[in-house]
Amino acid sequence: MRTAGPARPAQGAPEMTTNTADPYGAQAHARAMAGTKVESMPTLPPWEAEALPAGVAPQDMLWAETIAPGGYGAKRLSRGARVRLTDLQGDACASVLVFNAECPVERLNVADTVKVQWNAYLGEGRLLLSDMGRVLMSLVEDGAATHDAFCGASNRASNARKYGEGDNWGPHPNARDRFALAVAKFGLGRKDIHPCINLFKGVRIASDGAVQPHVGPFAPGRTVTLRAEMEVILVLANCPHVADPRPDYRVTPLRVDAWRGPVTAEDDPIRNATPEGQRAFLNVEDYYRR
Amino acid sequence: MTDAALAGLPPRIVLDEVVPARAPWDHLVRRGEVLRIVDLEGNQAVDFLMYSAADDAERYSAQDTIAAQGNIFLKTGSVLLSNEGNPMATVLGTSVAYHDTIGGACSCESNTLRYGHHTKSQHACVENFLQANGRHGRGKRDMVSNINWFMNVPVEADGALGIVDGISAPGLYVDIRAEMDLVAVVSNCPQINNPCNGFDPTPVRMIIAA
Repeated sequence: MRTAGPARPAQGAPEMTTNTADPYGAQAHARAMAGTKVESMPTLPPWEAEALPAGVAPQDMLWAETIAPGGYGAKRLSRGARVRLTDLQGDACASVLVFNAECPVERLNVADTVKVQWNAYLGEGRLLLSDMGRVLMSLVEDGAATHDAFCGASNRASNARKYGEGDNWGPHPNARDRFALAVAKFGLGRKDIHPCINLFKGVRIASDGAVQPHVGPFAPGRTVTLRAEMEVILVLANCPHVADPRPDYRVTPLRVDAWRGPVTAEDDPIRNATPEGQRAFLNVEDYYRR
Repeated sequence: MTDAALAGLPPRIVLDEVVPARAPWDHLVRRGEVLRIVDLEGNQAVDFLMYSAADDAERYSAQDTIAAQGNIFLKTGSVLLSNEGNPMATVLGTSVAYHDTIGGACSCESNTLRYGHHTKSQHACVENFLQANGRHGRGKRDMVSNINWFMNVPVEADGALGIVDGISAPGLYVDIRAEMDLVAVVSNCPQINNPCNGFDPTPVRMIIAA
């Protein structure tokens, strides 16, 4: 039990107080937390992050955040932005939604992404295609090669089956409910949670159609770098892969570093790798021709 | 009456109609009812989505279905799950070995990537879905990865994937039993640039029995 109400603290009083019985004490208590460092948090401004990506000028940094196990993050990014995801400890699972930031009813289409590129597996040089025949982002670097375009996000029911519960307010959040919170903050809702891709946790498809999960854990520090080809909203959830066979909730922090970069040039090798991709870039350039 | 296409269905026929080549279709299927789709002339892709009649933000999820059954192919016994993990329907039986749910729906826009900009004005499944869903207040946000009954999309060892010659034939069918009240929405695929319809879109028959 606290006793007497305090006098208003002197301006700039450095002492830590545990008195929160009045606004002055509560304010001092709150402000004393400033500067606390935890494993999973954003760094603002992002150029004050501990280790900037090699060759990136501090003023070009856009986003530096470590997303908690079971957590989520999202950001609007401009054309040309690079986003490097790092699986810091080998057990991150980056479930990804991508929207056209100007017109979010255009979004990643996973079926078109694999069908148009004639391949089931994501990797370096592959494009993330929208449902409007355009390329939202491309994979410019892939040090992981274990990704998944087929199994999608965990949900409350699947997490409840595996871990006993799966709610946002509990210890086992599911990717779908993380997406729901993330997209709500852009004015989007349940209908906007489109089929997703999972980075760092992979699947292979056997000749009989069987889905074989490859969920690690993997070596720490694997990276994937995406390049924004349109103005995008990138949404990330970091929850255990839905087909992870391990009985316990295993997921480790996901690092995000993003920085400004040039819009993809006409002679870019990824842009020109396939005729389908060339036309996807033509469609992007047509969209921005205003 | 001895209509072979009705064999094995529950006795009460709620609906029996033919969807013309290239056309959209939608209908309520109540819990316990069986929807039979008959591939009348063979190798006609039937693009298919489902929405919970009670809450259309809950809809078919190809990814949840694949993850839960551990296989990309839909066969007899496949349970078709919603985006919230609930069973929407069960593949009660089919005379085709397997059906696709990874190939998605053709669109005017994706056709420009796959075949060239000369195909932009051709009719496409997304146009059908938008038209059918539009009558019920649904729109583009309601487009998700669909089922393609009677369509063949194998995945090779190196990941190569594509719509290839079909494995269906005239008169083959699939029976889907609704596990909740649902709205089934179909595009009888108008694609003419790949073998999903044998390069010749044809009618299909929809029968709902209870």
